[in-house]
Amino acid sequence: MPKHNIDPNNWVKLYSDYLFNYTITRVNDREIAQDLISETFLAGLKSMKNFKGEASERTWLISILKRKIIDYYRKINSNKGKAEVRMGYINSDEAEGDWLEERVSDPFDKTAEDTLENTELGDAIYDCLEKLPVKQADVFKKKTILNYDTETICNELNITASNLWVIIHRARTALADCMDNSWFN
Amino acid sequence: MKKSLLFINCDEAKHICDKAEYGEATDWERFKLNIRLLYCHITKSYFKKNKTLTENIKKSNVKCLQSEERSKIEKQFNEALAEQNKN
Repeated sequence: MPKHNIDPNNWVKLYSDYLFNYTITRVNDREIAQDLISETFLAGLKSMKNFKGEASERTWLISILKRKIIDYYRKINSNKGKAEVRMGYINSDEAEGDWLEERVSDPFDKTAEDTLENTELGDAIYDCLEKLPVKQADVFKKKTILNYDTETICNELNITASNLWVIIHRARTALADCMDNSWFN
Repeated sequence: MKKSLLFINCDEAKHICDKAEYGEATDWERFKLNIRLLYCHITKSYFKKNKTLTENIKKSNVKCLQSEERSKIEKQFNEALAEQNKN
């Protein structure tokens, strides 16, 4: 018997931010990330009948998204894509050596371990955010991740400033408790 | 009971802690919070956890969609969903 149900009506509300965070760290372009997420939702909608309920909706959508990201890189690494990249490095006496400088590794760049740890931390934050009521998570993300002004959020969601701070307080307490064991020690 | 100007209760202290994490606490509020931190271990523990949460979020460099970006995706998806429900 399937353990998970599928309900596309809430996909955008529940998973769009998680999918976006997953995609942006891999493609590093907001526009492309949004296109890939849209394509993922549409592909999910088309293949809903293939959902067996063995994994959660989120995991299932991520598996579709991974394929979309692979397809995206395949496309830009095709012969046509490679030719477009090479165009930027045509021989020129003045720019000689520039390509080397652009490609040399940055000693202050993050290590693979740092990146991995930050990705895991990001996943842990999203796992905890998913446990919050939708409105709480929404207000928290707007205030903390997107750095929106208190006034902007209040106008957008039609709430008072004191309402906002109560929601923020509940969200922060719940998140801190949720992350307590794995990351706060 | 008359409200003290200098000594705040735990709830108010937590509220100031939250505001301070977003740089929205006034100097006077931060001063009152600092006094409470000297003697209240509950506030101190909340203050510490709250700071760690902010640091972790910054460290993770977690991202999310802007409202208008999400609306665009939602609109596109809802159209496809309506189309599918029609068939």
